[in-house]
Formats: sequence, structure tokens, C-alpha cells
Amino acid sequence: MSIFDYFKTKKTNSASLARERLQVIVAHQRGQRTQPSYLPQMQEEIIEVIKKYISIDNDQVKVTLDNSDNCSILELNVTLPDKG
Amino acid sequence: MAEIIVVTSGKGGVGKTTTSAAIGSGLALRGHKTVIIDFDVGLRNLDLIMGCERRVVYDFVNVLNKEANLNQALIKDKRNDNLFILPASQTRDKDALTQEGVQSILTELSESFEYIICDSPAGIEKGAQMALYYADQAIVVTNPEVSSVRDSDRILGILQSKSLRAETAAEPVKEHLLLTRYNPVRVEEGEMLSVKDVEDILAIPLLGVIPESEAVLKASNQGEPVIFDEAADAGKAYSDAVGRLLGDTVEFRFVEADKKGFLKRLLGAK
Repeated sequence: MSIFDYFKTKKTNSASLARERLQVIVAHQRGQRTQPSYLPQMQEEIIEVIKKYISIDNDQVKVTLDNSDNCSILELNVTLPDKG
Repeated sequence: MAEIIVVTSGKGGVGKTTTSAAIGSGLALRGHKTVIIDFDVGLRNLDLIMGCERRVVYDFVNVLNKEANLNQALIKDKRNDNLFILPASQTRDKDALTQEGVQSILTELSESFEYIICDSPAGIEKGAQMALYYADQAIVVTNPEVSSVRDSDRILGILQSKSLRAETAAEPVKEHLLLTRYNPVRVEEGEMLSVKDVEDILAIPLLGVIPESEAVLKASNQGEPVIFDEAADAGKAYSDAVGRLLGDTVEFRFVEADKKGFLKRLLGAK
């Protein structure tokens, strides 16, 4: 670094960009790690059952499993289409 | 009973074999009888890093297949009487490894060694899973770089689900983070992830920080683990890590950039 470098504008900080990207990807990776292996298949089957009665897209159903101290909560969230 | 320590990373080329050689040698230098096993069947390299490539007669797979006994396959290090190497086979592939075979070799080694270092191959396939399956502790070697950190997190997931300790709900594998190829100057310039960044993301205890060093290539050129180079920064950093592995509290060195004087900065000296 010489005296002339002080006049240059500061470069963008690429390390902080790396850190932010990693935080997102690692959080996602860990979310998948904790879910039981049967969950995706179960989600498919639940969607099939709902589709028999209501016309929905696959991404309108969310299935999550939360583990707390001594119980697990299976949460099923279905977004129904507007009437009419 | 020996302590089984796997050196793993997911990603290739981050310094697993360099670390296995250095940590294994470091334990031996401190008087602990240690064996380093190369699990990279088909791509063995530990023998080169240890400088015993011309003394390999029998290998890991020969012992698994009962074509040789353990004493015939073990190579005693020329520098230290406490140090032994079990080379991988060069002509076979990972399918030659069986869980029962690996277990019987580890059980036999446990009778006469204090530490068994398992040098894992890259990846998350069979070879890597075999290397970590029986581990009591894991040293996760990571470079301060996005793909390496992500792969380290992936291998942590496998340690927590597919190791023997995970499968039998025993006490979990003790995890250690070893950051290698660290360059404090680039960290200060905002061009490289810092120790704290990687620690925060992976959330496992830090065992050591090895600075990027010319001594590592020099050591591999000569076939002498870098920890024997007592003058080198990387050698000292590995020695500190061995101390921490044995339970000592050792202050971290080589994590801050050298402070340059005002005049030096002005003149642009490196």
C-alpha cells in the first residue's frame, strides 16, 4: 500500500458478502438436516388427498415438524384458493 | 482403549493429509503412541507426506483381506518411535472397505495405541463415512472460503447422524474446528472470512488456526510433516493445536496481521 492508495475509493468488502451468503445457505442446510426422511413423501401424499377435494398447487401446502423438549408438533399449512 | 480421531472436511485440497500428518506426529512427539491410517483407498498420499512411500509393502486392504497381518503393514516412523503409519491401498477402490473389517483393525490397534488418527478421503461417500464411523473426536479442516465452509457444515451433519456414536445415541463425537490457509492480512483488508466468521457459522469449538505458509509446501516436498519444522509459523500453530487437543489452554498465534509502521506504509513496503 503506498501513499497514492489513500486517494482511491475503498473496495467493497467481499468477506462480508461471503459471510452473509454462508449464513443463509448453512441455515437452509441445517433445516433439511433435522427433518425426518419420511417428511417429503408424507407431504406428497397429503397434497394428493387435498387435491381430491380442492384444486391447489403443490407449493400451497407447507408441512413442518418442530421438535421441542418432549413433544413434536407437525404443522400443516394449506393456502386455499379464492372462491369463485 | 485408544482415542479415535478422524480428520475430515468434505471438500478436497483443504489440508486433511497435512493435518493428519502434523497432528499425529505432534501427539507422538509428546510421548503418545500414535498410528495414522490413510482411508483414501485408491488415492493414497499420506505415505508421501510422511516420507515413507518407498517403505510401503502391505496396506490397509491387505490386512482387511487377511493377506498380511497388522505388524507387517504398519510402518514405523524414522523420526519418532511412537509414530506409525498404516498406508491405504493404491490399486483398489473404496468398496474394498467393509464396516466389519475396519472395526476389527481399529479394535486390534486400540490394544497397543493411545491415539488412532483416521485421515479421511474427500467427499461424503463410502470412504469418508468409513473414516468417521468409529470416531470419538473429529477435526474438521476448513479453509476460510465459502465452498469449504459449506462442505464442513455438511460433514458435521453426517458426523451427527451417521457415526456409530450418533446411531447408538452415545455421547456425540467431539467436534473441533481447524482453520487452515489463514491469511490475517487479507482478513484485515476484508478479502477473507475471519476466524470469528467461520466460528460463528459452524458453531463448533476452535482447535487451531494454521496460517498460509510456505513451510507447508516445503514440508511436503521433503516428506517431513510440517510440525517437525519448529521455526515455521505453520509448525508452531500445529503444535499449539496438539496442546489444545490434549486439554491445554494455549493462546492463539498468527491470527493478527503484523502491524506496519507509518513510514513503511507510506513507502509501500510489503
